Amino acid sequence: MDEFLQFLFSGLTRGSIYALVGIGFAMIYNASHVINFAQGEFVMLGGMVTVYLALTAGIMPVVVAIPVAIAVTALVGLGLQKFAIEPAQSRPGGASVVTIIIITIGASIFVRGVVEVSLGKRDFVLPSFSGNEPIDVFGATLTPQSLWIFGVLAVVVTALKWFFDRTRLGKAMLATSHNRLAAQLVGIDVRTTLLVSFGVAAALGALAGVLTAPITLTRYDVGIMLGLKGFAAAILGGIGNPFGAVAGGLTLGIAEAMAGGYVSSAYQDAVAFVIILAVLFFRPTGLFGGPGVERV
Amino acid sequence: MKRWGFVRTGLAIAALAALALDGAAALAQQPIKIGAPLAITGPASFLGDPEAKTLRLYVDRINKAGGVLGRPLQVIIYDTGGDARQAVTFARRLIEEDKVDGIVGGTTTGETMAMVPLVEEARIPFISLAGASVIVEPVKKWVFKMPHSDRMAVQKIYGDMKKRGITNVAVIAGSGGFDQSCRKEAAAEAPKFGVKIVADETYAASDTDMTPQLTKIRSAPGVQAIVGCGFGAPTSLTVRNWKQLGMTNIPFYFNHGVAAKQFITGAQGAAEGVRLPAAALLVADQLPEGDRQRAVSIGYARAYKEAYNEDISTFGGHAFDGLHLYIDAVKRANSVDKAKVRDAIEQTKDFVGTDGIYNVTAADHLGLTLDSFKMVEIRNNDWNLIE
Amino acid sequence: MSEGRSRWGGLVALAAVVAVLPLLLPNNFYFDVAVKIGLNAIVCVGLNLLIGYAGQISLGHAGFFALGAYASALLTRRLGVPAPLAMLAGATGVGVLAFVVARPILRLRGHYLAMATLGLGIIISIVLNRELDITGGPDGTTVPAFALGEWRITQLRDWYWIVGGGLLFTVWLSLNVIDSGVGRALRALHGSEIAATTIGIDTARYKARIFVVSAVVASIAGSLFAHAERFVTPIEAGFLRSIELVTMVVLGGMASTFGAVVGAAILTALPQALAGFHDYKHVMLGAILIGVMIFMPRGLVPTLSEMLGWRSR
Repeated sequence: MDEFLQFLFSGLTRGSIYALVGIGFAMIYNASHVINFAQGEFVMLGGMVTVYLALTAGIMPVVVAIPVAIAVTALVGLGLQKFAIEPAQSRPGGASVVTIIIITIGASIFVRGVVEVSLGKRDFVLPSFSGNEPIDVFGATLTPQSLWIFGVLAVVVTALKWFFDRTRLGKAMLATSHNRLAAQLVGIDVRTTLLVSFGVAAALGALAGVLTAPITLTRYDVGIMLGLKGFAAAILGGIGNPFGAVAGGLTLGIAEAMAGGYVSSAYQDAVAFVIILAVLFFRPTGLFGGPGVERV
Repeated sequence: MKRWGFVRTGLAIAALAALALDGAAALAQQPIKIGAPLAITGPASFLGDPEAKTLRLYVDRINKAGGVLGRPLQVIIYDTGGDARQAVTFARRLIEEDKVDGIVGGTTTGETMAMVPLVEEARIPFISLAGASVIVEPVKKWVFKMPHSDRMAVQKIYGDMKKRGITNVAVIAGSGGFDQSCRKEAAAEAPKFGVKIVADETYAASDTDMTPQLTKIRSAPGVQAIVGCGFGAPTSLTVRNWKQLGMTNIPFYFNHGVAAKQFITGAQGAAEGVRLPAAALLVADQLPEGDRQRAVSIGYARAYKEAYNEDISTFGGHAFDGLHLYIDAVKRANSVDKAKVRDAIEQTKDFVGTDGIYNVTAADHLGLTLDSFKMVEIRNNDWNLIE
Repeated sequence: MSEGRSRWGGLVALAAVVAVLPLLLPNNFYFDVAVKIGLNAIVCVGLNLLIGYAGQISLGHAGFFALGAYASALLTRRLGVPAPLAMLAGATGVGVLAFVVARPILRLRGHYLAMATLGLGIIISIVLNRELDITGGPDGTTVPAFALGEWRITQLRDWYWIVGGGLLFTVWLSLNVIDSGVGRALRALHGSEIAATTIGIDTARYKARIFVVSAVVASIAGSLFAHAERFVTPIEAGFLRSIELVTMVVLGGMASTFGAVVGAAILTALPQALAGFHDYKHVMLGAILIGVMIFMPRGLVPTLSEMLGWRSR
């Protein structure tokens, strides 16, 4: 029995990270119908920049480095939208889905390349926030870092709910995602809304990266797999639905851990992609997405 | 007319002689080229990076001291990223395009094995820096190896376990060639030491959470110790999970793939008590005064630390040994002719390196024995010589 | 018609390049690069039909390439199956897989095929990596030489001619498809899928067909690759490889057969030429992708031909 619990804890921990990454995908898709393949790199930047500022260059304590790293990543997200996506979309004739997908892929490779060259290719260690002493829970163990992750996820979800329900900016983002033209007509500054959504998504990604770096070590290419799994989480939840992404992420994490524990430890990674295919075959709109509608 | 014929022939011979001498002079200044396909980036980077740095450091030093046979040394390093096919591509490039005289490289077993057919066909001496026994068993004419083999690592580990009365062992290995080779050796050598394998788990190179595998090991009946086969980031993560799951009462042994400081730092304190067989280099200053490897090892450790401000690892040591053994062979053969150098390498006797004292023969292209392998335990985040 | 002339002119020019190039290649290493360029170009011509004409994107095409390579490698090595048969088996298997995946997915619009191919490609890569006993795992497996009875192809120079011929054939095939009824249907649905449906074109069927064709082409190229290089690793199936292939098509020119060839040539040769700058490979690749998409979204060849006043295919 405590085996099951151990797998469950392992699953919830990674699932929370996937959830945070997936929210970022969902937000950007929501605002601009763009699938941002660079989301994973935001995750990587969070961890890598924190390590650089606090440890390698040693110019600030970890507590300060973390928000700075998140802010830097948010700026990168803004840059992506402003300097890569917007120029392509503002050309006469706009930009096709394929074009935008390729731009975000190009951006992810570029960011990875810059980090590779400037910070190096080795693994970096970020110390756990509250040490590594395992906590015994009904026969299974949890690390303090896992608790941090759960806590932050809960805070983020609550904050998002408040943001979308209660703030003007949040409601503006929802409006833009439903109908951009109508939103513009009622006076919503769509371009700012888009920028903000990229910034917030990047910040969330970076946050996930900072939380998971102590557990998994961080390196210039951790973003690839994490991005893809966050993406799977978003699809599972219904792309465009940030809360669905949370459910999707947790489900994915648990499924992975259970598969690893009971089926085959070698195939854990495949679970996310099998889920992508399964969702697309059987329920393309995901668990919580609405039916897709397209203008003719 | 015949006189002119003579003169013409004479002139021709003179011209040819001049050209030949000139060519020989040019050749004398031509560097001796060593090709080094290494995994500087990617999952094996903490093996390949120190290897590259070591080669550069010593090629530089040797050149400052006058080179080899009066010629400068040149090392051409390519980064394979740990990918076996990239290794083959670079090997081909080194042989055909860069026209190197010898190859010292092949960081991982996978890369080395992929290059073997090319090297054999091109008839060029190849000194591999990778671990698995299969590299030199069966013996391949042009392929030699520096590090101790995985079989030796397993034998060393089992030997230590026997002293502690351990019989039930769990194995956890990565999915690469070196890891799996070690895993197979662990199974094959077990009966000889009275060891029984009670659990056998595998992880993938990209896995970041080994708690499912370790949880299963924890519930294996009668498990008394764990043997880890692998290298790179996953090994650090594995010991962290080992500590997290409260399994530190089950001794953990690793093979020599973790003989680098990054293993300890990545483990964030969880590596306390882990034992591994390693080359003397790792504990150079703990060697007894009379030990023949002491001077070479301390010398290398000092030079590397001074040049790069980084702790040494045995992987850099493999490169050090490989380079110096090749050069020693070149000097003995008094040429860079590939066949002659190969023969000289095969006749290496009593060569003191950081990995051990090499005695290469036609039947043994490794040349090391078990006693140059030391059992090391990690205490206070540092290496401690045990035996 | 000027279009026709430039199209076949392009093919003749390509044939001339293939014929003359060996005179400029000094050693085996260069032949190796040429063979790789040729094989990438073959895959890209197929992929271009999908991306450029059918307007769909595949982010997992390297998976099909690798399946063909591994089918050839494993069937010939472990079961002694004759090489041509192994290649055929691989191509058939891939064709069936592509069909099974494509049909349901292609009924959905937009980015869903991208996601599905992404998932599929990575699953293939994971399986190839994990099934140690069958595939040799992450370190790959050696491949016997391509043998037809007594005749064994072991020289890279021979492979150069085979791949060169294969490329010319594939280009010719592609040009014919584009100009046929199928091609026109594809261009119609690329222009507006809804409109195409209303005039009776079974869009899902055409898209599926092209997807299958491009997958099979990739598989065959993979089989040739396995026998030419005599070694395969799961990295051939990786996500990054799939992205490289898409980049080649995009850089050279979507909806341009010769663009696909040019893109493949540039991006295969460049890393070799810049081996010293290996460190900057990703920075440059990313910058190229973004730059091309912003400033030359139609790709090099169509944009250049337009600038030079030609019509291009």
